[in-house]
Amino acid sequence: MLKDITLGQFFPGNSLAHRLDPRTKLILTVLYIVALFCAKWFVSYALVAALLVLSVKVSGVAPKALVRGLKPVLFLICFTAVLNLLYTPGDPLVSFWIFKITKQGISTAFFMVLRIMMLIMGTFLLTYTTSPIALTDGLETLLGPLKKLKAPVHELSMMMSIALRFIPLLIEETDKIMSAQKARGADFESGNLLQRAKALVPILVPLFISAFRRADELAVAMECRCYHGGEGRTKLHVLQYAARDYGVLLVYGAVLAGVLALAGFGL
Amino acid sequence: MEPIIRVENLIHTYGLNTPFCRSAVDGVNMEIYKGEFLGVIGHTGSGKSTLIQHLNGLLQPTSGTIYLGGRDIWAEPKKIRDVRFRVGLVFQYPEYQLFEETVYKDIAFGPKNMGLDEKEVDRRVRSALAFAGLGEELLDKSPFDLSGGQKRRVAIAGVIAMEPEVLILDEPSAGLDPAGRKSLLGNIRAYHRQTGATVVMVSHSMDEVAENVDRIVVLANAGVVMSGTPHEVFSRAQELIDVGLNVPQVTQVAMALARQGVEIDPAVYTVADLRRALNGLKGGRSGC
Repeated sequence: MLKDITLGQFFPGNSLAHRLDPRTKLILTVLYIVALFCAKWFVSYALVAALLVLSVKVSGVAPKALVRGLKPVLFLICFTAVLNLLYTPGDPLVSFWIFKITKQGISTAFFMVLRIMMLIMGTFLLTYTTSPIALTDGLETLLGPLKKLKAPVHELSMMMSIALRFIPLLIEETDKIMSAQKARGADFESGNLLQRAKALVPILVPLFISAFRRADELAVAMECRCYHGGEGRTKLHVLQYAARDYGVLLVYGAVLAGVLALAGFGL
Repeated sequence: MEPIIRVENLIHTYGLNTPFCRSAVDGVNMEIYKGEFLGVIGHTGSGKSTLIQHLNGLLQPTSGTIYLGGRDIWAEPKKIRDVRFRVGLVFQYPEYQLFEETVYKDIAFGPKNMGLDEKEVDRRVRSALAFAGLGEELLDKSPFDLSGGQKRRVAIAGVIAMEPEVLILDEPSAGLDPAGRKSLLGNIRAYHRQTGATVVMVSHSMDEVAENVDRIVVLANAGVVMSGTPHEVFSRAQELIDVGLNVPQVTQVAMALARQGVEIDPAVYTVADLRRALNGLKGGRSGC
């Protein structure tokens, strides 16, 4: 059940999307998100969606895997849809009790849902095609200039890579602990909200203890290998832009420009 | 003897309809008899852990049936918790599942989930603690202040306290030192003798299995390849070696002797048996 969560999971491959520089992919993701938030109406959404479909095609990631990634946020999506549907002022179509469904509400809800779904699929595409190490490496280099402002860029990227690395481990651990407690008759599926919250204690306590233990072990292992932060650290693989990076950036830039132009016309 | 658990054509496939699709258990048929001490052996990835998680209904078979006392355990999915109380499962490294403030409360978790009254819970906690070889002075301590071996025993007591008809232990001695290993296995044997409950021990240590169990089931490549008494199983040493397992060290010694022309049954599997066989060769005289 928990294994279905694919957050931060990397599918190795050798497509164009896999070979792009991680910095490029991070910039592309930002461009994509900006374009998505500037999109106003069907035409501009279609343009962004076309870009997403193209990127997925190029990456070779199974569309099913992307859709599966939406499952954990299904609640959030529904919640947003309902809120937007009921609380957008405008011309009422139907009204009952204190609720009014307006024409604007329907369109806002629709686009909001579309936007969240595309946002998640786009960012998942990034983590599916980029290994956590490459991702944090790219992030660290991109944020490099902030080091001048004394921002702990290296430490942040190290924390991020450790966190990403630990997600699958902790999920597996949770699964194991849940099974062990179920074997002792723990019941996570029935009862009211309070009882269910209480039923989580037998999972959370062992999980936290094991997370702290792992953190401790990792810290010792890192110190044993003389880790002392980012100062004077050199890289095994130095990132380098290639022609394909500029090409893809150009395509994304063009789409963003297109969306901005279309949005200007209210499309 | 009548089987208490019967497994019929069990198949379990992980990641169905994904590129990672893999059958961990493929067509297993086996029986566990009432009151026996069964050893399940197999190398890493042979499907041992997947198999035992089916026996108490933690995993649902992809296909196949598991009968407990003659009834399909998935006949009424809502009553699967009762199956878990009747078939107690101790996972590998069970000490990582402890969570309560005191040892007492942690052992009482299972019995409380069964809905027993306080007096009965108290009796079970104390008797389980004794079976696990721990003293009552530990009851008020925090389980996190105990040593690794003691934690393991507390976790095992937590399952014994449910007084299951079948107790399944997955590698109970993994990661313990030789003395702790021996003493824990002694406790498990005593539990089996005194309660008459069925005990299933999963292990990949041949020596451990050979010393303790009445019957052995050998798993390899997601299926059962052999089953029988230790003598029957260890007399097929070559087949065991072929599936990536080994025979107990004592058997290896006997096999080496047999190869060198000593007239000895190579299928001895305990130190005591080997000594008896060797003494027999000397013409019944005892001592070396």
